[in-house]
Amino acid sequence: MLIQQLVNGLFIGSVYALFALGYTLIFGVLDILNLAHASIFMLGAFTALVLVLKGVPLLVAIAGGALAGGLLGVLLDRVAFWPLRRRQAGPLAPLISSIAVGMIYVGAANGIFGPDVRHFPFDVVRTPTITLGQATFTLAQLAIFLGSLALMVALQALLRYTRFGAAVRAVAENPRAAQLVGIDLEAVYAQTFFIASALGAVAGILFALNFNAVSSVMGSSVELKGLAVIILGGMGSIPGSLLGGLLIGLSEDLSVAYLSSNFRDAIVFAILFLVLIIRPTGLLGQRGFRSA
Amino acid sequence: MHELVAAYHAHSALLNEIGINALLALSVWVTLACGQLSLGNMGFMAIAAYASVLLVTRGHWPFFGAALTGAAMAAAAGLLLGWPVLRLRGVFLAIATIGFGEIVRIFAINLPFTGGAEGIAGIPQLVTTAIIYSSLALIAFLLWRLTRSRAGRAFAAIAQDEVAASGLGINPAAYKLAAFAIGAFIAGYAGALAAFSSFFISPSDYSFGRAVDVLAFAVAGGIGSVAGPIAGAALLTLLPEWLRFLQNYRDVVNGAILLLVIIFLPQGVWSIVRRRSAR
Repeated sequence: MLIQQLVNGLFIGSVYALFALGYTLIFGVLDILNLAHASIFMLGAFTALVLVLKGVPLLVAIAGGALAGGLLGVLLDRVAFWPLRRRQAGPLAPLISSIAVGMIYVGAANGIFGPDVRHFPFDVVRTPTITLGQATFTLAQLAIFLGSLALMVALQALLRYTRFGAAVRAVAENPRAAQLVGIDLEAVYAQTFFIASALGAVAGILFALNFNAVSSVMGSSVELKGLAVIILGGMGSIPGSLLGGLLIGLSEDLSVAYLSSNFRDAIVFAILFLVLIIRPTGLLGQRGFRSA
Repeated sequence: MHELVAAYHAHSALLNEIGINALLALSVWVTLACGQLSLGNMGFMAIAAYASVLLVTRGHWPFFGAALTGAAMAAAAGLLLGWPVLRLRGVFLAIATIGFGEIVRIFAINLPFTGGAEGIAGIPQLVTTAIIYSSLALIAFLLWRLTRSRAGRAFAAIAQDEVAASGLGINPAAYKLAAFAIGAFIAGYAGALAAFSSFFISPSDYSFGRAVDVLAFAVAGGIGSVAGPIAGAALLTLLPEWLRFLQNYRDVVNGAILLLVIIFLPQGVWSIVRRRSAR
């Protein structure tokens, strides 16, 4: 029982972590809390669903959803943040403009797909069950977990070892200085939005596959948990997102098992609240990717 | 005259909603005027709504006594919440207050006396449009007086630059806490008005989505004056009604208009009116 809960918690936690990476990346580079991220999570899932229903293989559909999510992220930056950057607006305006774009994206999904919950075809999500000791899980769940982990490792490597990663870290540290040494700020912002949003879209697809449900409101179930993840792990830290995601996933499943499912979300927010009061930098906050 | 009365009856629910949303927008505006972004106002609203409803339906209190007691409880919760979280800055404060709002909502679903997810039904309709608008007028007037007082100037100084403000002998922590408690009181009072002008309340009335809407009212209207949040609440409450014909696509246009306001009217929609009258 305990082992099974731990396994379930790790699976869902890895998806939370992947989703929260998008928050943390954009916050780290641009100091913006992007509240449209959950809507891209949802549109990524819808894109993959539409592709699968057209007969596209699942892996290609996931890539397609990631691409669509990335492009929606770049569009988001151009319409919601770029005009405000140009006139150096305060921190409040980008928060509201990201809410506005989130409304537009969710509204578009509502208009196109309607308010009903959609499902992937059964043969796409049905995978063999694996039993390991006391824990039972599906091959798909294992793939979701390993896929999320691989994407996070890839992102960390990208930021640490490539020229692009060095540029991102420089901009995160000090945009003006980065510009002075010849880094194209706007290009870095666009690429950051593309990567963060593509990861968010993949998280949405994996979340949808895990529960086999896609709906225009699915973003709201992770929107706030993603915030808990980055606060617990440490804002701007990629290993922090992973750790935070797994811990939030575990605490959810364990609180359902041992306390009461009614207070499951209260425990998540109580953790968020306590971390902010006791240690606002989060568990790994000091070692953010600015110094990756 | 008959047409006016008929129009009033047809739209009084919407009129009430505008008034209550205006009060909520003012509650988030007070903390913004002091440079603090709080998204916990739905939590304060819920505390006062449930408290006042229980006081009236079970304790047989009169409405105003119950509403003011509920609002005072919300303000006390604001002080308790503000004391630990007000040293957080910017989005961290916002996230902490989001967490508070969600915890209140989850407790509203699970406590034994709040009616669970279905909430409490059969609340007597004790609040009229006149009560809502006279409350709005009084609170707006008091807030306007506040902006012209020593405390109001201290709020503005803290919003501009907290370090510089404390250099001028202002105690930022005390003023921030005061702004927080005032905002919580107004949100709570609005919660009591809302509860007694609709037939029932449920935890879903106090969601994060609603907190975000209220913030949008204040910022889209303009946070430079007391009139801005009221104008923003009126516009953004009416807009979805006008856009009803778009059905499922309504939020696309709703969001687009909010986006245009934020990008092209940095001082909010109220700035248009101001500019006109200054001419």
